[in-house]
Amino acid sequence: MTATYEQTLELARRTVTDVRYPVVKTYTFDPIWVLYDRVLRIDPAHPDDPARDRFYLSKGHGPSAFYAVLAAKGFFPAEWLDDIASPHSRLGSHPDATLVPGVEISSGSLGHGLPLAVGTALGLRATGFTDTRVFVLVGDAELDEGSNHEAIQYAGAVGLANLHVVVADNASGTVGWPGGIASRFEVNGWSAATVGLTDHDALYRSFTEPHPDRPRVTVASAMLGPH
Amino acid sequence: MREAFAARAAELIDADHGIAIVLAEISADLFQDAAAAHPDQVINVGIREQLLVSVAGGLALAEMRPIAHTYAPFLVERAFEQIKLDFGHQGTSGVLVSVGASYDWAEGSNTHFSPRDVALFDTLPGWRVFVPGHAAEVPPLLDRAVRSDQGAYLRLSLRHNSTRHGRNDGSLTVVKEGTRATVVAVGPLLDNALAAAADLDVTVAYTNTPRPLDTAGLRDLAARTGNTVVMVEPYLEGTSAAIVSRTLSDRPHRLLSIGVGVEELRRYGTAADHERLHGLDAEGIGARLRGFLAV
Repeated sequence: MTATYEQTLELARRTVTDVRYPVVKTYTFDPIWVLYDRVLRIDPAHPDDPARDRFYLSKGHGPSAFYAVLAAKGFFPAEWLDDIASPHSRLGSHPDATLVPGVEISSGSLGHGLPLAVGTALGLRATGFTDTRVFVLVGDAELDEGSNHEAIQYAGAVGLANLHVVVADNASGTVGWPGGIASRFEVNGWSAATVGLTDHDALYRSFTEPHPDRPRVTVASAMLGPH
Repeated sequence: MREAFAARAAELIDADHGIAIVLAEISADLFQDAAAAHPDQVINVGIREQLLVSVAGGLALAEMRPIAHTYAPFLVERAFEQIKLDFGHQGTSGVLVSVGASYDWAEGSNTHFSPRDVALFDTLPGWRVFVPGHAAEVPPLLDRAVRSDQGAYLRLSLRHNSTRHGRNDGSLTVVKEGTRATVVAVGPLLDNALAAAADLDVTVAYTNTPRPLDTAGLRDLAARTGNTVVMVEPYLEGTSAAIVSRTLSDRPHRLLSIGVGVEELRRYGTAADHERLHGLDAEGIGARLRGFLAV
């Protein structure tokens, strides 16, 4: 199926997963929607094309938004959304890459997606897919995990330009990041921008901003409204 | 063994651009030439072991064959969740190669000891474990590990037997024949086990492929030796006990497990000293065998 933004958002809201986290399941919706609608070069008819862009949902909690966008873009039937996490469903409360078409990594344990994305970005470069990009979405509280900081330091130091991190920032971390999240990336040599979480044009501009010699981060902040 | 591994890995990288090695400073000096020739295939992430394993997982997702290498406790214990989630849970696999083993750097003490590693791999599906007993066994084992789509853990050690043993197909190799028990010696403990069994009426069989254990071969040997089995393993004592028990569950059988003790010794010295302290020298193994067989 192909669906509009509004129809897809409705798909995300109708899913039954994540009753513990009613807000969590849709706050990542806008950046994921903009990526799949306007940025990523992925053909649902050829989900294994080695040259495809990769999207790694690292923050596996609350995947309803992700599932809804994948269904809207035709990776699997929208009916799958109606029995998420049932014993017969391929869609769990954490996505499983071996079960769901279009899901690139199995996630749910925080702090794995970004380090995996570093490896994939290196691998794509080594195997000649130099135009292929790896986007990885993390949550702001997920950045507490030290494994992310190993990845941020290393990717910045080696100028991993085919890597793009999207931080969905709803200020959910208890301790937080004094001075802002973007500064943690910038000090490690990343290109960075902080934009409104639901500002589609700003998200698009940041996702497509050239960064030829370094990785890039887009901090999509719930504290900034659309312009 | 480490030099044999590095030399063979460099050849593999040179021959196949789909293979990459990931390092965390350890052994980087052995890969300088390979890194200069193939900078995209030799990746040193610095002292970041979580990243080491995850990068290997990410390379596998990009359909490369990764070899991740560092000191055993940092590779297997510090980054264990990365091993669990960033390969099998993703539907991929990789090759992990460690140095240090159970007590190679005895002066370094418990921070650098890894007797638990093989037991940890037994908690995950699909991993093969290779424990060479001699440097000459390393290249063919590495080739097997790399030319497969299954996960493999290659456990290198400074301890070794005087000569190479074993076939390269994972089967148990009979080194000495007897009737009272089958003694299975894993990797570098074969020489000690043979010396311990020299005047005992037992079969001694060798393997450098403890996972998957050659259970068919073990059943056959056990049937010819009174279903009496001794496992001599250079890692945590009893690591293979569950597998042997399952293998022989349809028969009355006896099992003695000889391996590295779980206690933290807080002793320095040499690896040979620790082998003796754990009862894994010829004298210690011999005493356990004679007690078990009541001879």
